[in-house]
Amino acid sequence: MKNKTGRLQWAWGAMPVILFVVVWEIIGRFNLFPGQFFFPPFSAVVKEFYDLTANGILGKNFLSSLTRVLIGLFGGSIAGIFVGVIMGWKHMVNKALSPIISLLYPIPALGWLPLLMLWIGINEMLPITIIFICSFFPVVYNTTTGIKNVDKSYIYAAETLGASNIMILFKVIIPLALPNIFTGLRLEAGMSWRVLIAAEMVAIPTGIGALMIQAESLVRVDIIMVCLIVLSVMCLLFEKIFALAEKHMVGRWSSHA
Amino acid sequence: MPEIRLVNVSKHICSELNITIRNNEIFVIIGPTGSGKTTILNIIAGVTDYKGKVYIDEQCVDGVSPGKRNVGYLFQGLALFPHLTVFENIAFGLRAKGMKEGAIKERVLSLMEMMRIKHLSARYPHMLSGGEKKRVALARSLAPSPQILLLDEPTSSLDHQTAKYLRGEMIDLLRKLRITTVYVTHDLREAEEIADRIALIFHGKIEQISTPKDLFFNPQNESVSQFVGMPNIIECTQSRILTSGLVEVVSGEMRMILPYDGGNIKKIAIPPEDIYISDVKPPGPALNRFMGKVEEITRYNSAVRVKLSTGNRTLLAELPIAAFDEMNIEEGKEVHVVIKLRRLRYVKS
Repeated sequence: MKNKTGRLQWAWGAMPVILFVVVWEIIGRFNLFPGQFFFPPFSAVVKEFYDLTANGILGKNFLSSLTRVLIGLFGGSIAGIFVGVIMGWKHMVNKALSPIISLLYPIPALGWLPLLMLWIGINEMLPITIIFICSFFPVVYNTTTGIKNVDKSYIYAAETLGASNIMILFKVIIPLALPNIFTGLRLEAGMSWRVLIAAEMVAIPTGIGALMIQAESLVRVDIIMVCLIVLSVMCLLFEKIFALAEKHMVGRWSSHA
Repeated sequence: MPEIRLVNVSKHICSELNITIRNNEIFVIIGPTGSGKTTILNIIAGVTDYKGKVYIDEQCVDGVSPGKRNVGYLFQGLALFPHLTVFENIAFGLRAKGMKEGAIKERVLSLMEMMRIKHLSARYPHMLSGGEKKRVALARSLAPSPQILLLDEPTSSLDHQTAKYLRGEMIDLLRKLRITTVYVTHDLREAEEIADRIALIFHGKIEQISTPKDLFFNPQNESVSQFVGMPNIIECTQSRILTSGLVEVVSGEMRMILPYDGGNIKKIAIPPEDIYISDVKPPGPALNRFMGKVEEITRYNSAVRVKLSTGNRTLLAELPIAAFDEMNIEEGKEVHVVIKLRRLRYVKS
């Protein structure tokens, strides 16, 4: 019974996607969109995906983008968690750093691009730094909030039980702040791909973003669509990975995770 | 087990408190919400700053961290770590002390057995019922073998039956452990049941510290008397044991037969809600009944208080509004007065 309901739900969810693909195929195949080159059918996009994968172009560019995202996101998140924990834990540090963080946080990550192009130059470090900045500030903000929001009674309980400050931080405060920390990470996991593509389109000659810009100059809408699909899937996948990690680490004890 | 002394201690609403809690006693702090009960526990535990001095066994502990005060604290909200299992919650204090794994396991298992929560070992706090959570929290606070136990409303937010059961178990446990205990509650009956001495606190000021009996029979001022709700204290002029478990007492024109085992009775205290009045003669044996005159009727939200005069004595009766409205009772009218025997309190001569 449960399986049957599950299958029905899955079918209900898949239906709009199938419908979307069918409509797309019909519009492309019967040239219902003005200018047939600008709207290839779905099957042509799939074929292009296969060709780009087979000749290694997509793989090479995808790998460049993935490496940048992984390094930038990892670095930004670790640094963000570190700074956020200290800011949430030590009131004086929070007081000193929060005006700077508050000033820099609202700047869109791509806003840094012109400055970083001059400071760093056009090389691998440029997109990595952009992603670092993109993930650092929100993670700092969410981590600080999470740490500060830990109910004082847990800290009092740990204190009366004789725990040292380090034990309280690592065994009580950080685990209890995890749901907040993961909120920041999950949001930034998808956002880092969006920022990367924009950076690659503007300044970097390799990567999915660069491939899209090259395709645009050759009026290869099918390649652009392949890139967009890859981007969409990666955003979704990264968010899902963090959601799964959160479920694994927090879901057991949090009744609402 | 140590003595605790608070000397001129002030914090928030509490000002200039002077309290001595004796070795091994169960000291109950009672008072209305917001009167400063929890603040006193926080001061003893050292989880809050304060003015004044706190001594534990003649050692001033001001500036001593909570972990070094050797205090077990059952918080009102329990503060069970939601990310740790029952076992890990209880083991937390032992790990903090650097105990070896084998010894931790042994101690935690014995505590879980004592609190009858062994089957909950692998569960997380959100999977437990209210009563189970309280047991786990109590086991956790007892795990590092504290010299002082602070209990903040340990039976609150439980249904009546569970609270009663847990209270019984806790009394047994505290008597067995003989550990200096400071127990905060706002339930007078609970305080009476559990306390060696009771401190009554209003607006951060201690109004009276005495044994439960003294609190009921010798309230030191009007506010204590009102809080304990025992305005009907009757001096007995004669007391005679009829048979085992039955005593006849006389006070002026009142003559009552009361269930009591153990000597002559000097005073009786009757809660107002245990005095029943009726405009018609109630059925049943004419035991512990009198005629009384209604002097004053005061209506509250859910109850009506009736001041009665019987002979030269004034009694205060309290009835639910619905029950009162069913009767035809007016000021100046004669009514039948029945003393219920459920919650009488006695002082022996």
